[in-house]
Amino acid sequence: MTQEQVKELQEFALQIRIGTVECIKSRGFGHIGGSLSVADALAVLYKCIMNVDPSDPHKPDRDKLVCSKGHAGPAVYTTLALKGYFPYEKLKTLNQPGTDLPSHCDRKKTPGIDMTTGSLGQGTSTAVGLALGDRLQGRDCRTFLIVGDGELDEGQCWEAAMFTAAKKLTNLTWLVDWNKKQLDGYVTDILDTGDLEKKFAAFGFDACTVDGNDVEQVYEALSKKPGDKPVAVILSTVKGKGVTQVEETMSNHSMNVGQDVFDSWLEELHGKLDALQGTGR
Amino acid sequence: MQIVYTGELDSRQFKNVIGETIEAIMQEDDKVVWLDADLQSCSGTNKGKGDRYINCGIAEANMLGIAGGLSASGMKPYAHSFGCFASRRAYDQAFLACGYAGNPVTVVGTDPGITAAFNGGTHMPFEDMALYRALPEATVFDITDVPMLVDVLHQAKDMPGVKYIRVPRKTSCQVYADGSKFTPGKGVVIRDGSDAVIIASGIMVHEALQAAKALEAEGISVAVIDPITVKPLDEELVREYANKTGLVVAAENHNKIGGLTSAVEHVVAGMMCKFGYVAVEDVFGEVGPQDYLRKQFDLTSDHIVRVIKGLKE
Repeated sequence: MTQEQVKELQEFALQIRIGTVECIKSRGFGHIGGSLSVADALAVLYKCIMNVDPSDPHKPDRDKLVCSKGHAGPAVYTTLALKGYFPYEKLKTLNQPGTDLPSHCDRKKTPGIDMTTGSLGQGTSTAVGLALGDRLQGRDCRTFLIVGDGELDEGQCWEAAMFTAAKKLTNLTWLVDWNKKQLDGYVTDILDTGDLEKKFAAFGFDACTVDGNDVEQVYEALSKKPGDKPVAVILSTVKGKGVTQVEETMSNHSMNVGQDVFDSWLEELHGKLDALQGTGR
Repeated sequence: MQIVYTGELDSRQFKNVIGETIEAIMQEDDKVVWLDADLQSCSGTNKGKGDRYINCGIAEANMLGIAGGLSASGMKPYAHSFGCFASRRAYDQAFLACGYAGNPVTVVGTDPGITAAFNGGTHMPFEDMALYRALPEATVFDITDVPMLVDVLHQAKDMPGVKYIRVPRKTSCQVYADGSKFTPGKGVVIRDGSDAVIIASGIMVHEALQAAKALEAEGISVAVIDPITVKPLDEELVREYANKTGLVVAAENHNKIGGLTSAVEHVVAGMMCKFGYVAVEDVFGEVGPQDYLRKQFDLTSDHIVRVIKGLKE
């Protein structure tokens, strides 16, 4: 990966963060922490890894994304808007009455959303179903599953993990957003998930841990062709990554702040984008 | 509709019929998959070969989630477990990954109500129809006999929404001629009558027909209607017979809350007719032979006769 490509990915990730804050700002509150933590993974997936066509969002042999932590909708919606699935202005309708962009991802409402999620744990099984269906129908494509670390409290995740490895679903790649926090506090305090890489390895995955907020490391992990085991990538991330005040707020799962605060967050993100692009504002 | 009811038990076992019918459906349509949760031996699909028979292990929630994903990828999934696990154990998945997400899936729940017999109260779903009735756009079938099962399994494949099919593993009395075709939402008048109507589903159809026969001997003319689908209920037919007879009794192998009794009651509420039910009271199941349980929970033709006579007084 060239320096130019890395920069492009970093820019895309910042644009995802900016759009995420903008759409949450338009509603005044929302799931900011876990949206910002996965922005880099979404940037890598949609810019470099996934074979998708925004003009044909239902193409059967497309690569698919299941964001099982459905509350990261704002980040996914922004990624899709930036890719051209729907107009960017639509982001401002997040959680407004009658919107196509509800809090949690909905495949019936939003172009480019491959699976409805929101009841935590369920996306792991539906992702298995999508990958299994592609395999049964002889399609050469991959499904990517983003699951939260707190979400792994749900037993269903481990049923799906066991199935993924036992049936050698190598066309399904798990990405764990290990941002260390869940709604009520630190994962280690609420229900310690232990060593996730070892756990997934023990379940039969080819597991690795990378800095999930480093686009280069995420790209390296996802661009490798899976061998005879399905891949699980533990993304070590920071909940709220990219906006200092959100990162430093203990309870940052969902935040409700004034418009001026949102503006200060946007200023910080635009400053980072400008610095990256080497331009002043 | 040709009625062939004699009151004799069919020699065919439902579970074998499921196995044979699913195999035939798979031959016709390469999008069909059968998912099971370590109960293929109980659904009669254990002889099925090929990668479209998927044993998920004892993980019903995961199974129904996978079914939703398979459906989204263009497959036509059927998923089986015992009725208790196919409903309450995996309800959030049936609701969200299948129903809400717009992924058509057929769920087969075996051994409904007292047909769970020796597996006992832990395995005895008196609430499965209530759960699936509360799922928007779902269709609920309480299977009466083998011809109905065969037709419903075929039709469910291409129907929208979540289809819940509750069916015993053993056998029942044949009511409909082999090869009969049914229409979801359209009830069947098995027997006409003018003094009362019994709306009965599943194994209670036989009890209703026995009750109607006994009452006929006493000069009371009783109609028996099989709704085929408990949801959607053939409301027009229920209303027609409520008006015609003035006395409606619902009969089901299920808790009186949320199933056929509730569905019929919603229709007749406010009408000028009497209403009664033969259903399980709001209690848990228990272990025992089916015949013992039938009496224990008053799911008998004798009790239907008592209820109708009581309402006539």
